[in-house]
Amino acid sequence: MTLQTLWFILIAVLWIGYFVLEGFDFGVGILLRTVAKTQAERRAVLTTLGPVWDGNEVWLLVAGGATFAAFPEWYATLFSGFYLPLFLILVALIIRGVGFEYRSKYGRESWRSRWDTAIVISSALPALLWGVAFANIVRGVPLLRDSHGVIHYDGGFFNLLNPFGLLGGLVTLSLFTTHGAIFLALKTDGVIRERANALVTKLGLAAAVFAVAFLVWASSLVNKPLVWVLSAVTAVCWLAALGMNLKTREGWAFIFSSLTLALAVTTLFFALYPNVMPNLNGPDGLTITNASSTHYTLTIMTWVAVVMTPLVLIYQGWTYWVFRKRVSATQIMDAEKGVLDTVNL
Amino acid sequence: MNLDLARWQFAITTVYHFIFVPITIGTGFLVAGMQTAWYRTDNLKYLRATKFFGKLFLINFAMGVVTGIVQEFQFGMNWSSYSRFVGDIFGAPLAMEGLLAFFLESTFLGIWIFGWDRLPKKLHLASIWIAATGTLLSAYFILAANAWMQHPVGYKMNPTLGRAELTDIVRVLTQNTAVAAFAHTIPAAFFTAGGFVAGVAAWLLIRKRDVEMARPALKLGVITVIIAFIAVFFTGDWTSRIMTEQQPMKMAAAEALYDTTDNAPFSLLTIGTLDGSRPVYQIDLPSVLSLLSTGDANGVVKGVANLQAEYSAKYGTDNYIPNIPLAYWSFRLMIGFGGLAFLFALLTLWRMRKGGLPTSKWFGRAMLTMPFLPLLANSLGWIFTETARQPWAVFGLIKTADGVSPTVSAGSVATTMIGFTVLYGVLAVIEFGLMFRAIKVGPEAITSSPDNEVGGDSSRPLVMSY
Ligand code: HDD
Ligand code: HEM
Ligand code: HEM
Repeated sequence: MTLQTLWFILIAVLWIGYFVLEGFDFGVGILLRTVAKTQAERRAVLTTLGPVWDGNEVWLLVAGGATFAAFPEWYATLFSGFYLPLFLILVALIIRGVGFEYRSKYGRESWRSRWDTAIVISSALPALLWGVAFANIVRGVPLLRDSHGVIHYDGGFFNLLNPFGLLGGLVTLSLFTTHGAIFLALKTDGVIRERANALVTKLGLAAAVFAVAFLVWASSLVNKPLVWVLSAVTAVCWLAALGMNLKTREGWAFIFSSLTLALAVTTLFFALYPNVMPNLNGPDGLTITNASSTHYTLTIMTWVAVVMTPLVLIYQGWTYWVFRKRVSATQIMDAEKGVLDTVNL
Repeated sequence: MNLDLARWQFAITTVYHFIFVPITIGTGFLVAGMQTAWYRTDNLKYLRATKFFGKLFLINFAMGVVTGIVQEFQFGMNWSSYSRFVGDIFGAPLAMEGLLAFFLESTFLGIWIFGWDRLPKKLHLASIWIAATGTLLSAYFILAANAWMQHPVGYKMNPTLGRAELTDIVRVLTQNTAVAAFAHTIPAAFFTAGGFVAGVAAWLLIRKRDVEMARPALKLGVITVIIAFIAVFFTGDWTSRIMTEQQPMKMAAAEALYDTTDNAPFSLLTIGTLDGSRPVYQIDLPSVLSLLSTGDANGVVKGVANLQAEYSAKYGTDNYIPNIPLAYWSFRLMIGFGGLAFLFALLTLWRMRKGGLPTSKWFGRAMLTMPFLPLLANSLGWIFTETARQPWAVFGLIKTADGVSPTVSAGSVATTMIGFTVLYGVLAVIEFGLMFRAIKVGPEAITSSPDNEVGGDSSRPLVMSY
């Protein structure tokens, strides 16, 4: 296997980490106002994310950094090309992060309710846009080779909002929302758990419809037999997740929904390989060969990744173990009061 | 148009990110120190200090994180030609920063925030130290990347692909430019955090709030400022020498020195024009510039005009002169604002001797500036470093004008530029309000040791929730 292929796989792994982890963060954010009605419930829901959301987001940062290091042409073409969607994603990620940290600082109703709305929207927007972006990458986008031989994105913003891209967006939006509901059912107790559990089936079936339509469409676009097989396995995992949830086996449900997301990313990357950004208008696309760094850089980065990734998995896994207890609304002290409402010494 | 907007956007977002960064780096360690003091002595005033400054630290940290996300993608968005040109070299430290540092920081900080009743005391203490170490690692990698832009090493040019390629990662990570930048920037971060802690503690003291805790906090703050300033001063001197050797134009610009001179003076103040015509009025420190930049009072310092001719011959005819008034003033004001904070700190320490409390009105006013002076010095330091490198993005290799994304329209850049600026402005107001509120609320009234039950069942009230 060439180092370029290895790095293609590693970048897929980083996106798997990101979608599995921040996927449920997005879902929890989207459902904040739906599964939690009282102040104590809202705060309990956010507390399930408290210790982990930033660590989850770092998967995205590393996916970005690793793409820069291993496939600079891909990094440059993708992010200058998908300029406005990426801007919207960044704005949403900023508002969301600040919202988590700041919303419960004051008890004032208007303050909290505005942040809650902001969290819902800024969770839904990136959940949708990541799907749009990935669908377009797999489908191919208009690319142009300039007089220096450099390949650029050559479409506008609205070019990305084609039916296939939008369907991809609906898939990630609905999958992440369901994944978040499963996470909440696993991590909370009392009414939140019941509401989340009840939502999973409804949301999950909607997601299944979008996902099957998308996978069939995508598989027919790329014409690789194994993509069909992977798609089928993905669908089976999803049904297993929904089934486990019905039996209130939330741990298993979460494992299966995580597997589903991992397999979905695998399918997309498998469909893409050996391209990284196929050209819709011809053969001149970006591939793992013409987008990559030198052998030397890839070798160094391989060493770093091979040593560090397992370590990261171990200590992040340990965090989830430390915070394994369910959170319930009854555990939130003085839920109506903001952290900064009381005057002390 | 496109280029100007992209530059403004980079300048605004990066300077804004770097308001939160030095506070995070320095305060992280100071809070870890406070918690260690509590762990060792069981004295509750240290626990109150840990929780109080910890709260302020976290309000700040959140902003550091979210503004950092923009930084990570900005190179691809607005500077795609630059990214293509340098990616083989520049991407590596950035990816390493993520894998080695950001994961560590974010994960262990999460554990620290929510882990008060979930972990044994010792492990919980370890988590803040690990998170703080993560911030140092992150600073090292990003500074090494930036140092490579100031002084590219360990690469060769690939003429076919028209890009720079890495040949020696160890050189890139250990060249003296990187080490000096780290050695200058980290004490500058402690300097900032010291000023921050001192300013807040003084505010409490003046209002006689939790004097038992605020007094040692003030002392910690001012001593940090004093030690850090001394370190910043010496490493700044070292940086100056490296800079003169590697980027002589920068030093010439910093001094608005037009013609090559030996025994060059360092002007404290210039009134008049800086753009070539002679100064009207100038206070000079004889020979200091020569001393600063070469380590020898009689050293020769090259002038702007001479360097312009030299570079034009070497790199092709162009304007190689950076914005001189900006370089001149940002360099002076960096030192000036820093020096002012240092003087305040010395004075405070003097007035605190033999158990005294410095609470006069004059002192109160002066201490309110303590959190801001070091921040200003930091921003000005970066503004100097980055603008006086212009027109180069990577010195001698690629000009900023050639790095901008060719396919992104001016309208798009304007949209994101306005978007980020407005968003950052609103967030600044919110964060400032929260900080101020948190300071006004003051330290929690913790009067008995928290029980040490770890883990607990899931019906027990949470010590920490969102
Ligand atoms: C000298 C230090 C320094 C410098 C020059 C920069 N940063 Fe920074 N950055 C940090 C020091 C730091 C930090 C101390 O590690 C932060 C600040 C607050 C925080 O949470 O971590 C951080 C946060 C931070 C994050 C969020 C990490 C997370 O989610 O935990 C990202 C993605 C970046 N930065 C990226 C950048 C990039 C691409 C920069 C270059 C333009 C940059 N930073 C300049
Ligand atoms: C956090 C501290 C930093 C601050 C405050 C800062 C500030 C600035 C400023 C003010 C400019 C604008 C210069 C001009 O256009 O005249 C600039 C340019 C630039 N800086 Fe930095 N910088 C920082 C760190 C970095 C780092 C760590 C990197 C790279 C890793 C970097 C990369 C660049 C690039 C690529 C430009 C060229 C774009 C431009 O000219 O605007 N900067 N920076
Ligand atoms: C006292 C507060 C000071 C603060 C907070 C401060 C902060 C900074 C920062 C953040 C930078 C940009 C990072 C870098 O390039 O290393 C910088 C650059 C620099 N500082 Fe300072 N500094 C201070 C004092 C000084 C002093 C006293 C000197 C000289 C004796 C000095 C000399 C320099 C030089 C030469 C640079 C430019 C480095 C380059 O462009 O490569 N600084 N400063």
